[in-house]
Amino acid sequence: MSDTLKYEEKKLKIVGTRPLRPDGVDKVTGRARYGADYNLAGQLIGKVLRSPYAHARIKAIDVSAALALPGVKAVVTRDDFPEMPNEYASAGELTVNYRAVTRNMMAREKVLYDGHPVAALAAVSESVARAALALIKVDYEVLPHVIDVVEAMRPDAPLLHEDQYTEGVKPKPARPSNIAKRLEYGHGDLAAGFAKADVIIEREFNTKPVHQGYIEPQACLASYSADGQAELWTCTQGHFVFRAQCAKVLQMDVSKIRVTPTEIGGGFGGKNNVYNEPLAIALSRKSNRPVKMVMTREEVFRATGPTPGANVKVKIGCTLDGRITAAQAEVNFQAGAFPGSPVNQASMCAFTRYDIANVRVVGHDVTVNRPKVAAYRAPGAPIVVFGVESVIDELSKKLGIDPIEFRLKNAAKEGTQTYYGPKLGPIGYVQTLEAARAHPHYSAPLGPNQGRGVATGFWFNIGNETTCSLNLQPDGTLTLNLGTIDVAGGSRASLSMMVAEELGIELERVRPIIGDTSTLGFNFVTAGSRSTFASGMAGVIASRDMIEKLRARVAKIREVPLAAVAWKNGRAEPADARVVKFEPMSLAEIAAMAGRTGGPIAGHAEINAQGAGPGFGAHIVDVEVDRQTGAVKILRYTVVQDVGKAIHPAYVEGQMQGGAAQGIGWALNEEYVYGADGVLQNPGFLDYRVPVASDLPMIDTVIVEVPNPNHPYGVRGCGEVPIISPMAAIANAIDNAVGVRLYQQPFSPPRVLEALSGPAKR
Amino acid sequence: MARIALSSSLAPYADGVRELELEVANVRQLFEVLGERYPGLQAQLEGEVAVAIDNEIYQDALLQPIRSDSEVVLISKIAGG
Amino acid sequence: MSRNHVNATVNGDSVEFLCETGQTLLEALRDEVGLTGTKEGCGTGDCGACSVMVDGRLVCSCLMLAVEAEGKSIETIEGMAKGEALHPLQRKFLEHAALQCGICTPGILIAARSLLERNPDPSEAEVRYWLAGNLCRCTGYHKIVDAVLDAARELRGA
Repeated sequence: MSDTLKYEEKKLKIVGTRPLRPDGVDKVTGRARYGADYNLAGQLIGKVLRSPYAHARIKAIDVSAALALPGVKAVVTRDDFPEMPNEYASAGELTVNYRAVTRNMMAREKVLYDGHPVAALAAVSESVARAALALIKVDYEVLPHVIDVVEAMRPDAPLLHEDQYTEGVKPKPARPSNIAKRLEYGHGDLAAGFAKADVIIEREFNTKPVHQGYIEPQACLASYSADGQAELWTCTQGHFVFRAQCAKVLQMDVSKIRVTPTEIGGGFGGKNNVYNEPLAIALSRKSNRPVKMVMTREEVFRATGPTPGANVKVKIGCTLDGRITAAQAEVNFQAGAFPGSPVNQASMCAFTRYDIANVRVVGHDVTVNRPKVAAYRAPGAPIVVFGVESVIDELSKKLGIDPIEFRLKNAAKEGTQTYYGPKLGPIGYVQTLEAARAHPHYSAPLGPNQGRGVATGFWFNIGNETTCSLNLQPDGTLTLNLGTIDVAGGSRASLSMMVAEELGIELERVRPIIGDTSTLGFNFVTAGSRSTFASGMAGVIASRDMIEKLRARVAKIREVPLAAVAWKNGRAEPADARVVKFEPMSLAEIAAMAGRTGGPIAGHAEINAQGAGPGFGAHIVDVEVDRQTGAVKILRYTVVQDVGKAIHPAYVEGQMQGGAAQGIGWALNEEYVYGADGVLQNPGFLDYRVPVASDLPMIDTVIVEVPNPNHPYGVRGCGEVPIISPMAAIANAIDNAVGVRLYQQPFSPPRVLEALSGPAKR
Repeated sequence: MARIALSSSLAPYADGVRELELEVANVRQLFEVLGERYPGLQAQLEGEVAVAIDNEIYQDALLQPIRSDSEVVLISKIAGG
Repeated sequence: MSRNHVNATVNGDSVEFLCETGQTLLEALRDEVGLTGTKEGCGTGDCGACSVMVDGRLVCSCLMLAVEAEGKSIETIEGMAKGEALHPLQRKFLEHAALQCGICTPGILIAARSLLERNPDPSEAEVRYWLAGNLCRCTGYHKIVDAVLDAARELRGA
C-alpha cells in the first residue's frame, strides 16, 4: 500500500459541502465529556506542590507531615522517578530529551521556574489535598535568575544548566552557556547581495511569551492496577505520544498503558506533551486507587509551556524597483527552563515566502528561568514574521510600491530554491496575494486615525504516522476508527466525508470514533496542520482497501471473475454488463452475507503520510487608533489562505477565523508579565487579556484552492497558517493609521501612547 | 551517484561539509554512510532530520528509495502546534 | 470536616446534595450533583465557561458558594434541550459551525439564551457585548455571533 496517493480532479458529491458534524449534538447539550468530566469510584484528588522561586537549588524535601495528615494516601517526589540519561529518544517519531522531560515533570536538583513541580500527592478530597500541600517542607537555596533572552545570552548571566554547552558551534565552547544551540541557514553571498541594494532597512524586534490560551485546563484520570497495567484518561492532542512519554518516564512497557483521549477543550500545540499524567499514574500506583488531577488556571499559566519570548533582528536590502537582493535575520528564542524552542522552524520560515538569492538566518535556542515552552500553532513563525513582514512593509513604503505588489515582485513560486535546502513544489502564494488584492476590503475607504495593513505567512504543514480502520457492520453501516484526535470538530466530519465520497454512500452511513491507544497502531499528535491531510489520506487508503475486499467478496458470492466486479454508485456492479452480468450488491447486502462467506470485512491504513503541501496566507486588517488612550480597534479583518482543498468549508473558515483571532490577541494585548523576582504576575484571564467577542469584528475569509498534488483530494492543511500574519499586519496598519512603528509586542495602549509621544522606537 | 546536500544548519555536525555524492539505494543507507563518515552527525540523523528527495520532503521514511540521479537535501524535521 | 446539606431545584428537578462550606456551586453541580456539562475554565469568574442561571439571573457558578444555592432554582446546559428537541440556539450553533472544541459552548449557550429572553432583537454589537464575558479561543466569535442572530430571527418568527 502506498503512503502517498496523488491528486485526482473529479466531480465531488460530499467533499466540499457543509454537513453537520457527527459529534456536535453532544457538545451543544453538555453531554460530551472532556478531561475533567471523567470519574472513577474511589478516586483520589491529586495536587502538585510548585516552586515559588524562579531559580533555586533543592537541598531537601520533607513530606512526612503531609503523609501523616488523615486522608492523604500517597506522595511522590524526585525520588520516585528514575534518572533519565541525556538521550534523545523517539516518543514515537517525536524525539525528546528525556532528561529534560522528567525534570520538567518533577524537579530534581534545581527548580528552574516559578511553578516548577517539586512534589505531588493524592488525597481523599480537594480540600485535604490542598491542606497537605501546605505541610510539605522544601529547603531551597535561592539562586540568581534570568528571564530576558538577551541577558541570558551574555557570558556572565546566571546559568541554568552547568552541563549545557552550545551545540552547533565548532570547536565546542570551553564554558557552559544558556545558549543551548546555535543554528544557521542560508545561501548565496550576503555581502554581495547587500552591496547591490539601493535601500537597506535594519530593525530589532522584541516579543513576550504568550500562552495558547485553551479554555480547558489540563486534566487527567489515572488508574493503576496491581498487575502493572495502567489506564489513563486525558485531554491530549496525541494519546500515543502521551503513552510513549509516560512509559519512558515511568519505565513501563508501552502496551501496559492504555490511554483513552477525552474530548479536548483546545490545545493549539500546548497539549502535545505530558505534564501531570506520569504523576497521576505514579500516585495511583502508590495509593492503589484512581487519581484525578485537574490543573487550575493559575497552574496552566505558571507551569505549562507558552510560546517563546524573543529578540529578532532583521535586515533586508532591495533595489529601487523593489527586488530584494539580500535578507538577514538573527532569531533569539527563549526556550524556557529546558532547551527546545521552535527557533529552527522559525528560522526556516522567516523569508521563505520570497525568492531571495542571498540569505542568512542565525538562530539561538536560549534557556531562561521561565516554564519550558510548548508548541503554539505554527511554532515560532508569527514571531519572526512580525519582524520580516514589518520590514518588508517599511521597504515598500519607502519605495512607494504597493505592499501586495512588492510581495508579488518577490514571491516564491513552484521551483523557488529555499534557503534551507529543497525547492518548493506547487504552491499558491501568488494566487493568495492576487485574491487579497482583488478583495473589496483592499480598496475600501478609510477615515481619520484609521489605517490598513497587509502581511503574509507560510507554514510547511506535515503528514506523519496515521492509522485507521474502517469496519463494515452487519447492517451495512461503517465504523471509522481514527487515531487522530479531533481538536476542533472538523476532522471527524471531514474524514467521514472523504470515506463516504470514496465509497459513494451517504455520509450518515459512516460513524467516526476516536479509538484509544489499544485499538489502533501509532498515530502522531494532531498538530502541524496534519489531520485532514494525513488522516484524510489514511481514510482514503482504508476506503480503497475496503473496496478491493468488497469486490473480491462479491466476486466469490456471485461466482464471477474479480475483474468483472466494479464499485460504482455505492455498490458492487458489473464492470461491463455486456461481458459479465450479475445482480449488484449493496453494502447492506454484502454485510448480511459476510459472516457466512469468509468473515467480516474491514479496510485498513497504517501509513506515514508524506507529501504534505505548504500553505500560504495573506491578511488585510483595518485599525483605528485612539490617540488619547493608545487603544487600537480592529475595524475590519480579511483572511485569504490557500488550503489546497476545503473538505468542509465551514471548519476551514473556522480555522482561519480562530487563528486570526489568536494572532490579534498576540498583537494587541497578550503577554506574560514578570516581577523582578522572576515570578509570573498575571496567571489568570483577567490580566492575561485574550480577545473577547466585543474586541473583534466579523472576520471575512477567502479560501484559495491550489491542490496539493500529493493528496487524493488536494488537501494541504489549514490550521496553523492563519496565526502567522496578524501581528505584522496590525503593526503595518498602525503605522498607516498614525505614523508610528511598533517594534515591541504587544501593541497595548501604554506602548502605543509611548510611541505616539516620542520618536519611533528602534 | 546521487547528489547529497546538507542544509547549512546541519553542516557544523559534518565538519562543515555541504555537498557530496553518494551511491545509496535508500534513506536508511544514506544515514548509515553519513553517520559513519561524520560521527558528529549521528545524533541528528537519529531523530532530527528530514530528507527532501527531488524536492519532495520525507520524514521518518527510512526505506524511501534514492535513485542514482536523485537530488537529496537533508533538513531539520518539522513539527507543528 | 462536616458537610452542609443543600436543597435546590436544578433544571426543574428537586435536588439535594452535601457540600463543604468552601465549595463553589460549580464544584457542587459537577462533583455532587453529577452534571458535568458546566465547565471550569478559570475558577475566578473571568471566562464564563461556568455560566448558569440562578433564579433567572445569569451567574458565574464558580463565584457562588454551593450553600448559597439553598432554595434556589438553577438552570444548566443539560436542561436546555427538551428531550430530543434542541433549543433553536443549539440547532443554529450546529448549523453555523459555531463551535470547534466546544468547551466554551455550554456557557455561551446559557448566556445567549439569557440575552434573547431579555432582548429578542439584539444588534451584532449587543450580542458581542453581552457575550464579552464568555471567552472562546477557537472560533474568533464570528460564527457564534451569526448563530445567535440567526436563532434570534427564528425565535421572533421572522
